[in-house]
Amino acid sequence: MNALPEFHYLRPATAADAVRMHAASPASHYIAGGTDLMPNLRRGLVTIGAAIDLGGVKELGEIVEQGNTLRIGSGVSLAQIAAHPVVQARLPAVAQAALGVAGPTHRAAATLGGNLCLDTRCNYYNQSEAWRAGNNYCMKRDGEGCRVAKKSKRCYAAFSGDVAPALIALGAEVEILGTEGVRRQPLLELYRDDGMKWLTLAPGELLVAVQVSLDDAWVSAYEKVRMRGAIDFPLAGVAVALRREKGVLTGLRIACTGVASQPIAIDGLDAVLGRPLDAAALATISEQADLANRSMKTTLVDALYRRGVSLVLAKRLTQRLWDAAV
Amino acid sequence: MKTMLRLSVNGKPREDAVAENALLIDYLRDALALTGTKQGCDGGECGACTVLVDGQPRLACSTLAHSVAGREVETVESLSQEGNISRLQRSFHENLGAQCGFCTPGMIMAAEALLRVNPKPDRDQIRAALAGNLCRCTGYVKIVDSVEAACGREHAL
Ligand SMILES: Cc1cc2nc3c(=O)[nH]c(=O)nc-3n(C[C@H](O)[C@H](O)[C@H](O)COP(=O)(O)OP(=O)(O)OC[C@H]3O[C@@H](n4cnc5c(N)ncnc54)[C@H](O)[C@@H]3O)c2cc1C
Ligand code: SF4
Ligand code: FES
Ligand code: FES
Repeated sequence: MNALPEFHYLRPATAADAVRMHAASPASHYIAGGTDLMPNLRRGLVTIGAAIDLGGVKELGEIVEQGNTLRIGSGVSLAQIAAHPVVQARLPAVAQAALGVAGPTHRAAATLGGNLCLDTRCNYYNQSEAWRAGNNYCMKRDGEGCRVAKKSKRCYAAFSGDVAPALIALGAEVEILGTEGVRRQPLLELYRDDGMKWLTLAPGELLVAVQVSLDDAWVSAYEKVRMRGAIDFPLAGVAVALRREKGVLTGLRIACTGVASQPIAIDGLDAVLGRPLDAAALATISEQADLANRSMKTTLVDALYRRGVSLVLAKRLTQRLWDAAV
Repeated sequence: MKTMLRLSVNGKPREDAVAENALLIDYLRDALALTGTKQGCDGGECGACTVLVDGQPRLACSTLAHSVAGREVETVESLSQEGNISRLQRSFHENLGAQCGFCTPGMIMAAEALLRVNPKPDRDQIRAALAGNLCRCTGYVKIVDSVEAACGREHAL
């Protein structure tokens, strides 16, 4: 028998009910596929009063094409996203990222909402209670101080979701439901660079859907580097969206995961627009990606490797998309 | 607190009082004595606990029992009929797809889910479907052989 803490199990039928239930019991957590929350709960990483299961909320489970926009409900599984014909054909970075998450059994249950709200990760955090006790815990859970950066007042646990960078590169927006109603914001603004409080959601706010425009002038791709060819979280993951018109680069957006406590969008790429992609442009891309990178030793693999590999991925994907977009 | 859970397990409708915080694996193993489903890790890493929920593979160690209310759960015990193991199970036996056997129920349920939607998968498709199932004994080749042999394909070896 695996002793989990005592909690109530709630199963709302609508998004509004879910938000109301959360407001009524503040220590509650939404649970979607459970592939992140349940292992964390089992390891004593989560304090929980009630589990609000989103599995019965039908309105979260739909993918709808509305004109030039695809609206993906937060409850849609990653397996469905990876297999969806419109996603595959017109948002390839999103299909590739979804397919790159964990293993097939995880993806059948794992949802988009859970992937975007995924807890940040660190070698000193994603461990059993006994392991963490043996290392005297850390400030992210049960203890004080940071084992990665000894004098740090903040936590550097890395955001390691695969799908967020793909959607950020494609300029996606999120719909958020709270007790005050619905609000919309760019997906990038869902995050902040803090390993302990990585989401800007107010307590109890529910991610309802993601909206991403279907603009075929843009091509996109996602690639990750991980320890094993399957299952593992990204050591670094990079998404690139690019627009090539008449032999000129007219749009470029690059986003990374695994290299900071939030997914990051690379700044300063306007400098390479308005001319063909050449070696100088690739050097600028690499410099800007380097500036944005905030890898710390939160994985068994060295932070310098994760930094280096993210620059290589950014250049490689940009070149590949440029070449293919003739 | 315990509340009523209604679902189907291995083809039989059930109604049990189950704790709100119970994991599906604990309900299956401890309440129903279906100990074929194994726990090989502390959550989500190994696939030994794979069962089918409405025909889809699912990690019983990372699933709350109440979240599968009204659905059909199948465990490895459902595959044998009147004491006869299934073709897929026999294939694991004959092709040395099991050594210590701990990963085997999860491997077989993940493979079962694949074969129901794709009765003649190639080796890459088999590998992809079993990518979340770890085995520390076989080195995987015999496992892929076993699934391949179960659907009548010749071994590539
Ligand atoms: C072995 C293993 C390997 C993994 N590998 C990867 C990987 O390679 N890449 C990767 O990205 N992930 C990986 N994961 C993590 C996880 O499987 C995925 O991120 C998955 O998409 C999480 O979705 P879920 O629906 O299961 O989330 P859940 O576990 O249900 O939820 C995760 C978090 O999001 C919150 N949440 C869920 N839905 C909403 C919503 N609608 N609104 C607000 N909050 C919400 C929950 O409260 C919880 O805090 C791995 C997990 C395991 C166990
Ligand atoms: S970065 Fe530091 S504080 Fe954060 S989880 Fe790791 S060791 Fe703990
Ligand atoms: S017991 Fe290891 S994944 Fe479920
Ligand atoms: S046969 Fe021993 S773990 Fe697979």
